[in-house]
Order: sequence, then structure tokens, then C-alpha cells
Amino acid sequence: MSEYAGTRGPVWFRALTGHAAPLRGDPASVLTADAPLGGEKARFLCVVRDPQGRYPCARDGQVGLEEAYALAARVREAVAEDRDGIKRPIVAIVDVKSQAYGRREEMAAIHLAAACAVDAYDEARVSAHPVIALVVGHALSGGFVSHGLLANRVLALDDAGVMIHAMHPQAAARIMHTSVESLERASRSIAPLSYDIGEYAKLGLLHRLLQVEEPENPSAAAVQGVKEELAAAVREARQGPLDLSDRWLSPQARQSRSAALMVRAALAAQWAEPESGR
Amino acid sequence: MDRRSFVQLDARARAMALFDEGCCRELLGPSCGMGSPWLARQGITPQADDGCVVMKGRIAAQTAVVMALDGSFLGGSVGEVSGMKMTAALDLACADNQRGIPTSAVLLLESGGARLSEANLGMEAVAEILASMLALRRHAPVISVVAGPTGCFGGMSLAAALSSYLVLTRQARLGLSGPRVIEQESGVEELDASDRSLIQAIFGGEQRHAMGLADALVEDDTEQVAGAVRRLLASGLPRVHRSSQVTAYRGRLAALDGLRLWEPAALRVLWNEAAGGEESA
Repeated sequence: MSEYAGTRGPVWFRALTGHAAPLRGDPASVLTADAPLGGEKARFLCVVRDPQGRYPCARDGQVGLEEAYALAARVREAVAEDRDGIKRPIVAIVDVKSQAYGRREEMAAIHLAAACAVDAYDEARVSAHPVIALVVGHALSGGFVSHGLLANRVLALDDAGVMIHAMHPQAAARIMHTSVESLERASRSIAPLSYDIGEYAKLGLLHRLLQVEEPENPSAAAVQGVKEELAAAVREARQGPLDLSDRWLSPQARQSRSAALMVRAALAAQWAEPESGR
Repeated sequence: MDRRSFVQLDARARAMALFDEGCCRELLGPSCGMGSPWLARQGITPQADDGCVVMKGRIAAQTAVVMALDGSFLGGSVGEVSGMKMTAALDLACADNQRGIPTSAVLLLESGGARLSEANLGMEAVAEILASMLALRRHAPVISVVAGPTGCFGGMSLAAALSSYLVLTRQARLGLSGPRVIEQESGVEELDASDRSLIQAIFGGEQRHAMGLADALVEDDTEQVAGAVRRLLASGLPRVHRSSQVTAYRGRLAALDGLRLWEPAALRVLWNEAAGGEESA
């Protein structure tokens, strides 16, 4: 299991957009740029480390208050600008450590800030913006829910430094009163617990796993390859549903999430019966 | 006054208490035997309703679906089955609205969020619930209630924030990360989870309501909770949902830059002074 390094976000943001600085008015931890992708303009967003950030618990690649509001504002800006035109693709480059675990964050209602980011990404998706998440490093817990998981399509690099999970192993072990070792043991036989990106892919929630040499320092050819994959995902998203149903109807999800599919079918069957008369 | 505690009711009784007398039925109840397939192999006994009660019926003569998370089962956590019960019920309600059958939803949130013993399927379930809530709330109000004693944390705190309306009791606690998790991750100097009065002052229903983050603050009384739900359902959709008012809330956050001492009462004042009225959609 890889430690969070926080270096991949800026590397991939720069590689895909040619930019490296935040937009005016945004915290240094949120990078946004419009850049060409597959012959059109796309908006790229990335949360990065900011050791000088105002909020100490959000300096290390976490999604905190300022990050969540900046993401929400920049996504909504694109939706508003494209209201009557071509809906530009929105690409969330994901390398987030977690949500920010802090007292100030909770006092100032980080749950609402995170919900604003979720609302914005969802609004973009249902307004027919292709929303693509590209996981280049860590994608953990509330950080990933706020930035990436509401996308039409989630793509991830097939690499040991990539981790998608509900909670990082040390914290999960402490909360579940177990050791990291026994958590690792359990995660080897129970797919949804796994920290391995290959196992995550088997759940059927990912659109594609991308093979990239040296993801810490990708070559121009590797970056071009990822751009082509992103453009292909954009085309497919434009043909696909605006909701998240691909993530339970994919061939792999039909295997891994058979219980969820049974729930959907059984609930639908019971739904329409009359309420009254008992 | 004859009061009947809401907090002491189990999830099923809480859901039932919201409906008009005799006007509800449970969907996928325990007799359907749909427990989680992931727990037994981890030595955890599954529950036949997976800790989520879904009931459909009439509230103030209007069709509604109520989803109640059972805080006594794995902390009300959302797993593959309980999560899909919520997502599917929200989707069915949404489809009914699109067909001209108005149907609203009420979520009783007693939950620590994604179930860690189903980890990535729990996190996925959270995302799907949120997306389906957002779809439904374009047509009909989605109301959340946090009563206690479990509270509402993790992904379900986002569900509370995305709701059209939120009802809290005084003993309810609401936040993204629970006090224990913050103490573990950021240290006791960041937050002392054993300081009950501080925890209540930060996460408690009264503070959340005073900051404008909830629409009703009620006593632990079943009739008050049910009355608040009926009243909010009758008020229809809000003009702009709280979670869509990015500029307004970002502005309030900026106003806190000058706050030297982060203390709940001072924050409440500054936060409310910074309120610039609600945004248009």
C-alpha cells in the first residue's frame, strides 16, 4: 500500500493543461484550467498540496473548506458559461489524501462545503457535460466523493501508487479496532476492502484502467495516450446515460454487485402495490 | 404535555411514526432476507434488513417514501444492500414524479457514513445515494431528519446537506468527520473527543440550526418531529437548495478569516453577520 506523496496531481495537471498556477481568487491548493482535449476545450480541475494553506488540516492534499468551495465554484462557472452552447468536458484529476479532518473545518460546516462540490459536479453531469475523473494517485474517502466520484466515467492509472478507498488503512484499522496487517489480510479475499487498484477495477465501478510508464514523470507519448483515452471517455459519456447506472449495470458490476441488483429488482416489484386498505 | 420520545424508537417505529395512521407498508422488510453478503466472512452477523427500513405510504395525504437507517446496526453505516435500498427507492420516487405521480422522500439519518466492512462498495453507495437525492429533489422535496443518538457523519452528512430541508433535535450531532476520527487523525490538541460540551457546541443540533444549516430544531418528541416533516413537505421545494448556494457560503467562509479565536458562539455571530441573503439559482 503506497503512502500519499501528493506529487502526481501537479505533474498530471501540468502535463495535460500546460498550466501550473491557481486561478485568481482560488486557494493555491486548487488548480483549474481550460485546455484542448480531443479537438475541443475542456476544463481540468485538481486539488494539490499547499504547505502554506490557511487551514492546517488541509495543507497536505486534503479536500478542505476552501478546496470544496473552489471546486464547486469552478465547476458551476463552466456550467453557467456553457448553458446555451457546447457543454465542455470537465476532467477531475484526482490525487487527494482524504477530506480535511479538523476542528475548524467541522465548525464551519465542511459537510456543506463538500455537499456543494458534489452538487456542482452532479449538476454538470446531468446538464450533459461529460464529467471524467482521472485517478493518478490517491482517491480517498470524502476527498474522492467531493472530487471525482460523481463523474460519468472514472478512469485510473494501473499502477501501485494508485489507491481508491473509503478510508486509508491506518485510520480504518484504528476505527475498526484491528491492525493494518489483519485489514490487509482480509482485503486480499474480500474485493471491496482491497487497496489494490486491480481489485477495485473488478468491482465494475471503473470505466478504464490505463497503462502508463512512469506515472511520476510521464513521457510526452504517455501524456498523449492518456489524452486520447480521456477524449474517448468524453465521446462515450456523450452517448451514455446521465446518471450513475453504468456503475451497477457494467458486466463486472453484475458479478460483484449482484446483491445490489437483486435489491433494485425486488424493490421495483414491491413499489407499485397499493398503500391503502390495511 | 404528553411527550413520546422519538429517539427511543427503533428505525422501523420512527419511520412508521411519520405516516398518516395505518397508511404505510414496508418494502423489502426483514422477511425478504436481504442482508449484506460481505459480513459473515468477516465474523459479523448480517441483519435481514441490512440496517435500512424503507416504507412507502401517505404523509398528510401525500405519497412519500421514508428511509430509516438503523443506528444500532453497525452504526447505521451504508453498505451495498442498505445503500441500494435507498438509491433504488429514491430513483423509483423520481420516476413516479416524472410520470406525474408526486412522491417525496424522507431520510432518517442515524449513520456514521460508508460501512468500512464493505469499504469501497460503501463509498460507492454513498455517491449513488447523493446523485439520486439530487435527481429527486428537482421534482419533489427530500427531507432529512437527524434525531440521535447515533448522529449523522461521513457520507450521510453530505446527504443531510443536500436535502431540501433538514430537521434536527437538540441532541442530534451532524458533521463530516466524527470527533473520534478527528482526534485519531489530527491529534487530541486538534479536538478532544471526550469533551462532551465542546462536541455538542460544535456538532450539536442547536449550533447547526443557529448557523442556518437546518430548517427546524425540535425537541425529542415524536409529534414534534412528525409535525416538522409534515410542515416542510407542505412548503414544497425551496427556491434554491442550500448546497447550490456556493457563492453565499463561500462568502461566509471568507468572513471567518478575521476570526482569531475559533469558538462556537463567536463563529455563530460572524457567520450570520456575513449572510448576504440567498442566491438565485
